[in-house]
Amino acid sequence: MAAISSDNHGLRLVVRYAVLTLIAAIFIFPLVFMVMSSFKPDLQLLRDTSSFRAFLPVGDLSLDNYRDAFTRAPVATFVFNSVLVTGLTVLLSLLFCSLAAFSFVFLNWTGRSVLLSVILATLIVPFETIAIPLLLLVSKLPWIGLDGFQIGWLNSYRVQIIPWIADGLTIFLFVQYFKDLPKELIEASRVEGASWWQIYRKVVMPLSGPVLATAAILKFLVMYNQYLWPLIVVQQESYRPVMVGLQYFFQLDTAWGEIMAYLTVITVPVLAFYLVLQRAFIASIASTGVKG
Amino acid sequence: MTSKLTTSNRAGWGFALPGFALIATFIVLPFIFAFWLSLTNQRLISPNPTEFVGLDNYRSLLSIDVLSIEPERDAAGALVRDDDGALSYPAVRGFTRNNPDYPQYAGMREWFRWHWGDTAKVVIATDVIFWKALANTLTFVLVVAPVQGALALGLALLINQRLRGINFYRAVYFMPVVVSIVVVSLLWRFIYDGEDGLLNNLLSALTFGAFTGMDWLGNPDTALGSIMAMSIWQAVGFHMVIWLSGLQTISPTLYEASAIEGASKWQTFRYVTWPGLRNTAVLVVIVITMQAFALFAQIDVMTNGGPLDSTQTVVFQAVERGYGKQDISGGSTISVILFVLVLTISLIQRWLAREKT
Amino acid sequence: MNRRILLAATLATTAGFAGTASAQTALSMWYHGAGGEVEGAIIRQIVDDFNASQSDYVVSLESFPQESYNDSIVAAALAGNLPDIVDVDGPVMPNWAWAGYLRPLDIDESLIENFLPGTKGYWNGELYSVGLWDAAVALYARQSTLEALGLRTPTLEEPWTKEEFMAALDAAKESGDFEYPLDLGMAWTGEWYPYAFSPFLQSFGGDIVDRETYQTAEGVLNGDAALEFGEWWQSLFADGYAPGTSQDPADRDAGFIDGKYAFSWNGNWAAVNTIEGGVDDVVFLPAPDFGNGSVIGAASWQFGVSAASEHPEGAAAFIEFALQDKYLAAFTDGIGLIPSTPTAAEMTETYKEGGPLNVFFALSEEQALVRPVTPGYVVAAKVFEKALADIANGADVADTLDAAADEINADIERNGGYGHQ
Repeated sequence: MAAISSDNHGLRLVVRYAVLTLIAAIFIFPLVFMVMSSFKPDLQLLRDTSSFRAFLPVGDLSLDNYRDAFTRAPVATFVFNSVLVTGLTVLLSLLFCSLAAFSFVFLNWTGRSVLLSVILATLIVPFETIAIPLLLLVSKLPWIGLDGFQIGWLNSYRVQIIPWIADGLTIFLFVQYFKDLPKELIEASRVEGASWWQIYRKVVMPLSGPVLATAAILKFLVMYNQYLWPLIVVQQESYRPVMVGLQYFFQLDTAWGEIMAYLTVITVPVLAFYLVLQRAFIASIASTGVKG
Repeated sequence: MTSKLTTSNRAGWGFALPGFALIATFIVLPFIFAFWLSLTNQRLISPNPTEFVGLDNYRSLLSIDVLSIEPERDAAGALVRDDDGALSYPAVRGFTRNNPDYPQYAGMREWFRWHWGDTAKVVIATDVIFWKALANTLTFVLVVAPVQGALALGLALLINQRLRGINFYRAVYFMPVVVSIVVVSLLWRFIYDGEDGLLNNLLSALTFGAFTGMDWLGNPDTALGSIMAMSIWQAVGFHMVIWLSGLQTISPTLYEASAIEGASKWQTFRYVTWPGLRNTAVLVVIVITMQAFALFAQIDVMTNGGPLDSTQTVVFQAVERGYGKQDISGGSTISVILFVLVLTISLIQRWLAREKT
Repeated sequence: MNRRILLAATLATTAGFAGTASAQTALSMWYHGAGGEVEGAIIRQIVDDFNASQSDYVVSLESFPQESYNDSIVAAALAGNLPDIVDVDGPVMPNWAWAGYLRPLDIDESLIENFLPGTKGYWNGELYSVGLWDAAVALYARQSTLEALGLRTPTLEEPWTKEEFMAALDAAKESGDFEYPLDLGMAWTGEWYPYAFSPFLQSFGGDIVDRETYQTAEGVLNGDAALEFGEWWQSLFADGYAPGTSQDPADRDAGFIDGKYAFSWNGNWAAVNTIEGGVDDVVFLPAPDFGNGSVIGAASWQFGVSAASEHPEGAAAFIEFALQDKYLAAFTDGIGLIPSTPTAAEMTETYKEGGPLNVFFALSEEQALVRPVTPGYVVAAKVFEKALADIANGADVADTLDAAADEINADIERNGGYGHQ
């Protein structure tokens, strides 16, 4: 950053923090509403929505909503399922998509541009529009597992994971990032006799912290918020993820307080994941000076 | 790039194949199947056999025409005017319902109209809702893509400074992204409430009572705008992060050089930062555009396409028909049209970008 | 009694361990009540009791959240994965029966002779499903409001006429005590619209489709009676009698209790919460008569046997077992639904003669009309919902109803008439 003259340093700092904080308030207020509401009984919660009391811990506060939410639905199971499915998908996705992108950017091979075009075109297909054909497909797919050969993937973790591993957006994310990496590094390693796998592993991946973090977060969000797909391929409660679980709270007489409690609980893993990854953004490759 | 060093069919295919095979199986194949469905009369639930209907589904979605209606005249041939002096026109339904003189207009409905002299030119379509959905979606994309992209860049620059506690702000700005869009939409229904919603109360307090309240989601003029604002609010943090990761790839030595040469902040941005973000910019624009075209969850939770179709969108209609109305072939047809449309737009985008460089 | 069941259950378990389990046939059952704790406990009790009562079948239960239950079933059917016993929403049943998801229900029909009409699911002359309860809608009001506004209390025999109803709304509006005179529940999208509002249309003399043939909506959904209904419906919102489609869901849940609304059009399931919420003088008034009698919607969730079941006789046996008065009463006491039989109603605190909710039983018996019994209902209901939302938001009544009738007719045609015999 540019050097800051010392005379108005203090004032500028105050202004900066004021701007940052004001923007922060805009981003956080519905979430404050969510968390505060989770401690209030239903009627009070609904009455408070019309005033600033909605953001304040006032009135009759308790953890009742949390207790009731956990008795109403197997919350722990849902969170476990979502974290497991999401975690595995993210890991596999990072591997498969970065490999493909590596190949598209750094290697020359027949069919490269056609394949890349097809992959980019899939970006345009909203999932909602292929859900039913995909359902029909996975219900006929074979599987060989520990318990032998079977037809159909319904009611399993694999049906929630495998179709989601590779996607155009993640590959595209890596492709755009890899384009910014200096080609000379790759060619130099090639001249030194490194294999492609070694280059991927030892040269490119260590420089890819920010894009790995971005891709991981994107995938995490998509997977953690899965709703339509698990709804149609999972009939057993034991495999249900968190967003399907949210439906447990929309009874004829909606339990708003419990909904807020549940939302607060299921938001924690995502936030934690982001906070962990945030370091990866900051551990930037800028300091390694690979560019320029 | 044509260097011998980087040419390898075996390694190239080997690295790309796993990812590509998954995409081909789980996205391309179902989409081809959806395309086939759009050429049939397949229902989601039905004991009736599936029939191949060719382009019928496309025809009934896309048929559009312009009807010219002359104003009514009295027996003497003079124009009939009401008390305000406005001309009166026969109802469109007189032409489109059970009128043997206009078989080509049967079943069509009015989308919008304009006047050409005394003649009313009425645009009629077989599927007015689809056209409205298309228009809304394009509006949404045209507004959200640039605004969200620019705001996200601004935030990224703001957050990309060395300041004590900046990590806290980074986390906070990202928070709306962390919460599912379904949940966010639920929360914002309370905020936008027309009677005593938080937004109305806030605006009323800020204007010392001059603002008397607005039914944000209940008014056709504000509903789509309200959803745009919320969508930008929700997703801007995500694009901020993409910009941020792009900013990290710019070498600090470039900034040092520009500082030594005494460049202003704007010059630094214009000649150092922005050129370094080219690939990121392409990425952000494409991602935002795709996400905007796929607008669905907000509509589903907040307005169901209403009021008066002011928030219908293409994907919402695809889902509404395919699942809600069990018309899977109709829903698939919409998907295919959307696909072709977006593909065309992105090809044009690429062509334009190529011309410049 | 309880001990005997416990003993039987123990015996069954022991027998299972002894290796005779292979003689028992496993039956799967899906239910829409995930997240409803009391409801879940009752249904589990029925399953446990049934499993203990005989040794031929073992029923296993899987619960789904109601909001997405139909989507789950349709997806499972497409994938060929239906259970033996399904639970189906009354008006949707013909759709599933026609699609071949359900098979006719082979039970002793004398068992359901005294059941409320809305709880029996017939399609094309055959019984497909039976419900343990029904639901009913009433006009919620406070006795004190009626008195303060000087209004006659309407009765089943003599409900309010349209004029009386509108006069009541005017009186509430002029009193200035309420944000709106009437809460229709516009915040609840989906099935609520046809369930709660199509009875108004029927009372005006129209309907969603022509029930003579089920082949057209022309003339009933856009005829003179329907136009009159549509104009009236639009005036409710245009003249500020009721909050429209943008109603905040919180206001729907708490608005009447908080005194924002003078009247609320709501289901019997909300009755207990309203009383507990502090409205101890709540009264449940019958629907106004708009010219063709008071009408409310009928048919709630019911049990049926899936066509995929390999053991339909076992599935039917379970349903027969579940139809006992004590279970009907248990659902009523647990979650406030209307028991299907008068004998079960007498077993409950709330619905017995003189009980606070007894009026709902009478409403259900006297006024309830099932929604159009046709596979096309699922689509027609969606079209109707949108038409009502559009009219509420100011769309031209005649154009909107014409378009709705056209869309329903086009759908019937595309489906080859939906197999009506």
